[in-house]
Amino acid sequence: MKPAPFEYFDPRTVDEAIILLESHGDEAKVLAGGQSLVPMLALRLARPSVVIDVNRVTGLDGVRQNGTALSVGALVRQQTLERWAAERAPLLTTALRHVGHAPIRTRGTVAGSVVHADPASELPALLLCLDGAVVARSRRGTRTIAAGEFFQGPLMTALAPDELVTETRWTLPPPHAGWGFHEMARRQGDFALVGVSAVLSVARGRVVDARIAVFGAASTPLRARDAERALTGHAASEATLAEAARLATAGLEAVSDIHAPAAYRASVTRTLTARALTDAAARAKDAA
Amino acid sequence: MTARTVRLHVNGVSHTLTVEPRRTLADALREDLGLTGTHVGCEHGVCGACTVLWDGEPVRSCLLFAIQMDGASLTTVEGLADGERLHPIQEAFWATHGLQCGFCTPGILLTAKALLDQNPRPTETEIREAIGGNLCRCTGYHFIVEAIAVASRTRTSS
Repeated sequence: MKPAPFEYFDPRTVDEAIILLESHGDEAKVLAGGQSLVPMLALRLARPSVVIDVNRVTGLDGVRQNGTALSVGALVRQQTLERWAAERAPLLTTALRHVGHAPIRTRGTVAGSVVHADPASELPALLLCLDGAVVARSRRGTRTIAAGEFFQGPLMTALAPDELVTETRWTLPPPHAGWGFHEMARRQGDFALVGVSAVLSVARGRVVDARIAVFGAASTPLRARDAERALTGHAASEATLAEAARLATAGLEAVSDIHAPAAYRASVTRTLTARALTDAAARAKDAA
Repeated sequence: MTARTVRLHVNGVSHTLTVEPRRTLADALREDLGLTGTHVGCEHGVCGACTVLWDGEPVRSCLLFAIQMDGASLTTVEGLADGERLHPIQEAFWATHGLQCGFCTPGILLTAKALLDQNPRPTETEIREAIGGNLCRCTGYHFIVEAIAVASRTRTSS
C-alpha cells in the first residue's frame, strides 16, 4: 500500500524542528531513518497529517566517546555505529548486526530504533543493559530520560509529543568486562522471539558488576535484577550462572503471540541468559 | 499536499521531477522516470526487491520518499550493464542460473554489487548474510549464492 497524504517539512536546525513539533504535536511524526515509520505509513498503521523529516538537521550526526561514556547523535545510522564500534565495542557491533539487514542499517538510526521501542528490538535492550539515557529537547527545555524510565510499553515511551530526541547516551562496558549477546529469531534479521545482552565485571575472582537485559520476552525490554543480584559478590561458577539464568525468568510476564507461547519465551529466556552469562564470564578479565 | 521539485542523479543522468510528499523513491523511479527495473514487492521494507544504491550503499527505495532525495546519486539495475555488455555480476547470474522469474533479481544484483565493492572476496557466510534481506520465491538461494561467489572470482581476476 501507499502512505496516506501528509504535509512535509524538512527543518535544518533542532530549533526549527521543535517549533514544528510544538505546533503540530499529536498530528505529527518525526521521520529519521524511516525503517520503522515508513512501513507503518505504508500499512496505514500510522496516519500522521504532518511528517517532520529531521534528516537535514545539522549537528545530530556525531559519535563521541569520553572514557566509557558514549554519546550518539540522533541521526547516527546503525551502520555508522556498527563500523565505529567494530574495533572498540564488540557488544555494540554484535547487537547492531542483529538489527534488520544491511540495507536497513544503512539508513536506520540508532535513536530511531530506541524511540520506536519495539519490545523485540535489540537497541532498546542494549540501552537498558548499558545504563543509557535518551536526551530530548522541546520548547520547554532539555531533559535526560534514563533508559529504565524510558520504555513504558510496546511502542510506548516517556517521550512527550513535542519532544525531539537529539542524542542517546550509553555507558560502554569497561575494557576488562566480559559480554555476551544471544538472540533467537525465526530468520536472521527478524525481530527476536527472545534476546539477552549481558555484561560482567570480575575482580579478585568475584563478580562486582552484572548487567542483564532481556528483550522480546515481555512487553518492554527488562533488566533481570534478581539475576544480577544473585551474581554480584559471587564467583562466576557454573552453578551461580545457572541459578542467575533461572532467576532471569522469575517474575517475568512473558508474552504469547502466534510466534511463541509465553512458556516457550520464558524457557528460551533462561537458556539464552545462561549462554550470554557463560560468554561474558569467559571474556571477563579479572581486574584484581 | 504541496508538491516539490527535486533533482536526482540516477545512473549518472540528472533528472528533475516534481513529487508530492508521499511519493516513494521506488514509485518515482518507476513511474516518473520510467526506470521499471526497480521492482516493488511488499512496499514495506521486507522483501528487498526495490533495493537500489545510494552513494554506493544499498537502501530500500520503498522506505524513502523522493522528496527527501534532492541531490542524491543513485544506481539502479539499469545502471549495471555497459551498453550491450552485462556487468560481471549479471554475467555470473546468467551463467549459474541465479534467476528464474527475475522479480527479486534487481534488488539482489545491487545488494551483491555493494557487498563485492566493500568485500571483494566474501565467504559463503558473508554472501548469505548480505542477501539475507532479499526474498526469492523461485530460484532458491543456492544458485544465487553461487552466482555471487562466481562474480567475486571473475571480478578479482579481471
